[in-house]
Amino acid sequence: MGTYITFPELLLWFPLVTGLIAFFIKEQKSVKAWALFSSLITLGISVVSLCYSDSTKYFSYNYVSYEWLKYIGSNFSVGLDGMGHMLTFLTALSFPIIFLATYKNDYKNANAFFGLMLLSQAGLIGVFVAIDALVFYFFWELALIPVYFLCSRWGGEKRIQATWKFFIYTFVSSLLMLVGIIYVYLQTQPAQFSEHSFSLIAFYNANISPGNQSWLFWLFFIAFAVKMPVFPFHTWQPDTYEQSPAPVTMVLSGIMVKMGVFAVIRWVLPIFPSAILKFDNIVIGLSIAGMLYASCIAMVQNDLKRLVAYSSIAHIGLMCAAIFTTNTTGMSGVMIQMLNHGINIIALWIVVDIIEKHTGIRKISELGGLAVHTPLLAIFFVVIALANIALPLTNAFIGEFAMFTGLYEYNAWYAALAGLSIILAAVYTLNMVQKVFYGEDNILTKVVSLVTVKQKIVLTVIVIFIFVLGVYPKPVFDLTKDTVTTILSHLRDPSSMGFK
Amino acid sequence: MSAIILSAIWGVVMMFGGVFFKKTSTPKYWAIAGLIIILAANILEFSGRPLFNIDTKGMLGFENFGLHFNTIALFCTLIYFLLNGRDIEKVGKHVSEYFALIFFVLCGVAVASSYKSLLMLFLGIEIMSIPLYILTGSDKLNLKSNEASLKYFLMGAFSTGIMLMGITFLYGGNTFGSFNIDTIKLGLGSLPVMIAIGLVLLIVAMSFKVSAAPFHFWTPDVYDGAPTVFTSFMATVVKVAGFIAFIRLFQNALGLMQAQWQMLIVIITAATLIIGNLTAVFQQSVKRMLAYSSIAQAGFMLLSLFALNDTAKEGLILYSIAYSLASIGLFAILVRMKDYTIEGFNGLSKTQPVLAFTATIFLLSLTGIPLTAGFTAKFYMLVAALKNGHQFWLVILAVICAAISAYYYFKVIQAMYFKEPSADAHHQMDVPSSFKWLLIFTAAIIIILGIMPGLVIDWLYYLVQLASYHHQLSTMN
Repeated sequence: MGTYITFPELLLWFPLVTGLIAFFIKEQKSVKAWALFSSLITLGISVVSLCYSDSTKYFSYNYVSYEWLKYIGSNFSVGLDGMGHMLTFLTALSFPIIFLATYKNDYKNANAFFGLMLLSQAGLIGVFVAIDALVFYFFWELALIPVYFLCSRWGGEKRIQATWKFFIYTFVSSLLMLVGIIYVYLQTQPAQFSEHSFSLIAFYNANISPGNQSWLFWLFFIAFAVKMPVFPFHTWQPDTYEQSPAPVTMVLSGIMVKMGVFAVIRWVLPIFPSAILKFDNIVIGLSIAGMLYASCIAMVQNDLKRLVAYSSIAHIGLMCAAIFTTNTTGMSGVMIQMLNHGINIIALWIVVDIIEKHTGIRKISELGGLAVHTPLLAIFFVVIALANIALPLTNAFIGEFAMFTGLYEYNAWYAALAGLSIILAAVYTLNMVQKVFYGEDNILTKVVSLVTVKQKIVLTVIVIFIFVLGVYPKPVFDLTKDTVTTILSHLRDPSSMGFK
Repeated sequence: MSAIILSAIWGVVMMFGGVFFKKTSTPKYWAIAGLIIILAANILEFSGRPLFNIDTKGMLGFENFGLHFNTIALFCTLIYFLLNGRDIEKVGKHVSEYFALIFFVLCGVAVASSYKSLLMLFLGIEIMSIPLYILTGSDKLNLKSNEASLKYFLMGAFSTGIMLMGITFLYGGNTFGSFNIDTIKLGLGSLPVMIAIGLVLLIVAMSFKVSAAPFHFWTPDVYDGAPTVFTSFMATVVKVAGFIAFIRLFQNALGLMQAQWQMLIVIITAATLIIGNLTAVFQQSVKRMLAYSSIAQAGFMLLSLFALNDTAKEGLILYSIAYSLASIGLFAILVRMKDYTIEGFNGLSKTQPVLAFTATIFLLSLTGIPLTAGFTAKFYMLVAALKNGHQFWLVILAVICAAISAYYYFKVIQAMYFKEPSADAHHQMDVPSSFKWLLIFTAAIIIILGIMPGLVIDWLYYLVQLASYHHQLSTMN
């Protein structure tokens, strides 16, 4: 226990407290400002914490543990390693972007809306900083509840059914994971006050027979696969993305899917090493099948939102496959891609939301010629679209390149098959750009007014981000190197200590 | 001991008080005052300062577990009185008798949580049940209430008979010729026929009392027919007391031969979970849904009997307060609704935001979402069941059933938050602000216990710690 407050705590409590306060701010304008203010402060904290990310020097700034359920062996432990720093940064960065980009939108009961948004931010950060299995499970579920209410209350027409599907998928799978967590817990070594322990180290050192690992692996993996989502657990995703209000869709696709990727890296790879060796082919196969399947569906989509949703499934599939190659190149690629995919997909949603708000349509076939009326938006969109297909110089290129290299090192055939999705991605993305922004304009698309200043700022920031990270990705690689090496070395040699 | 004596006395006081009380609102205050006294006396006894020192000749034993449960039961009843006092007045003319009967039930609860002899078990269960038969039929002019009362009485009498028979067999079968659950300590390999018969009969009778499948058929009708205020009490404090009696009997007297009866409990648990949850899904009336949900929750509590270890006891204690508080809160809101169907809850968040918000917390707790006491309770049960090491599928089944329960609990949440209210829906609801604050208080307890379950569980070890502390002091001198 430190004498000062640590970064993970700050990042966790700040949005939580400000979120609770937001419920009591009745006025639309002030609650918006409050939410934006809160998210900016969180971003500030996160940026400062990045300066102290070197865990060898600043260990006590980034780790803290409080006594919680002493007799059952669970402590309230939170900590930030490289991956945690990166993902909390992504979360902290996304929320101000989302709030700014949708600043014009008005909501009924705005206080509840922004309160829930900030609570979901706290839940997400909680997932990324938890280093105790029970704390992790707590936040894993807590991130879900605000999103459930946000989607079902402020979403589109079919929101209740769509959100319900999403909720049931995730709730069932996480309950099964809870059984898995308890089972692993019962195999751990005694802690100070209890027979077993929920801490991450205890989980890494748990003595689980290969036979048990095989089924425990699936209990955990399915819960995470649903969140990512990996084929065939993805069916909730397009419906939910389509029906959710725009800011929530951005949270879901930008950050929430990273929860799944993150959780596989932290809570599956090091705990079930022998199950990984057994099932890696199946998982990679599923992921690649999902990539190709989602890309094919994206090609024939006529709905902008669904197209982006399917393109996201394809990208996540690649990340999941790259994790299970379990080599350094692939894993480093996943790390940087988690950040980049989060930023890019939020940018895509922002543009889609602008188009939908102004024209009232999402059908690609009914849109056209937007570039004539809003050339600036077209420029932004083209850059983001190019990042989406991972063109060199954009941020996604380096990540996808590393992941494909990793996949190639693992098995060249997989890399070849997965490579098809790059071509498909180019087909559907460029097709979308062409149909939406170029070609004949019509009555509906003529009414597009100018993009707001706030949206311009946000999109500019994102575009700068895309190029900077595209040219100079080293900081992210450096940041996440420690995570990659500890996870992989623990995977190869389970006796070595994993997390500190 | 204090709880038994004082609640019996106070029951009599309330009974005779009915003659003298002029206003219908007076009995409520007397009842609340009496309950606070009993609660205080019980807490004193729990902290090692009993008011009464009566030699019960080994018929009753006051241990941590039972006393702790008494505190919880009395506390929940206090919340229940505070929330529902005004609604009890509206049931009929004999207000102070209703309160008197509830005090008698509490006396039975205290006996059932402290019996050492099978005879006292029988007495406790009966003292608990008979006032309930009357309370169920207290809405005298309502046909459904009468039907429920008669049904409950007939079925209850039948199961009481079975229980007596079970006790007789157990008495006749054990080599010590004893009624005492500590002396009997059956087991160690052999299972005489008489004991086996007694065991099965007792399981049947107790399953009936806690409405475990396949002996649950009375529950929906009785809970539905009884006046809602009394359903609330029956479904919570009384039901959990049944579990406490159940686990004390099977852990103390029959714990050693768990291997022989575990399979029976497994079947009952699985059946209760499946039937309770699946039937609840199809209910249109929230009251009936809560009746089935109480069966479903009983299924989860049965896991403690299946596991039968320390964690299970901790879990049961936590479950008893989590489940009771959430259900009492929900029923209190339900009593004030005109329309008991799920549609009746439509748009409650717009007309009565506080009610809708607290109801949501209660429902989330019953579902077992983290940050609520319901989650920690379910979590402890799962840990206990997995620690037991057998029948892994039962745990998976329980978890799937918990997911199914989300369906019907969330249906109410969806109605409250995502649907529009009908034109004149909740306008004439009688909701004083004290009621709202109490609901918020109850919801706050649920959340606090969701974060710090130790606040309740650690008391289980209080007397042990106190004893060792005194021991240390004496050795130091």
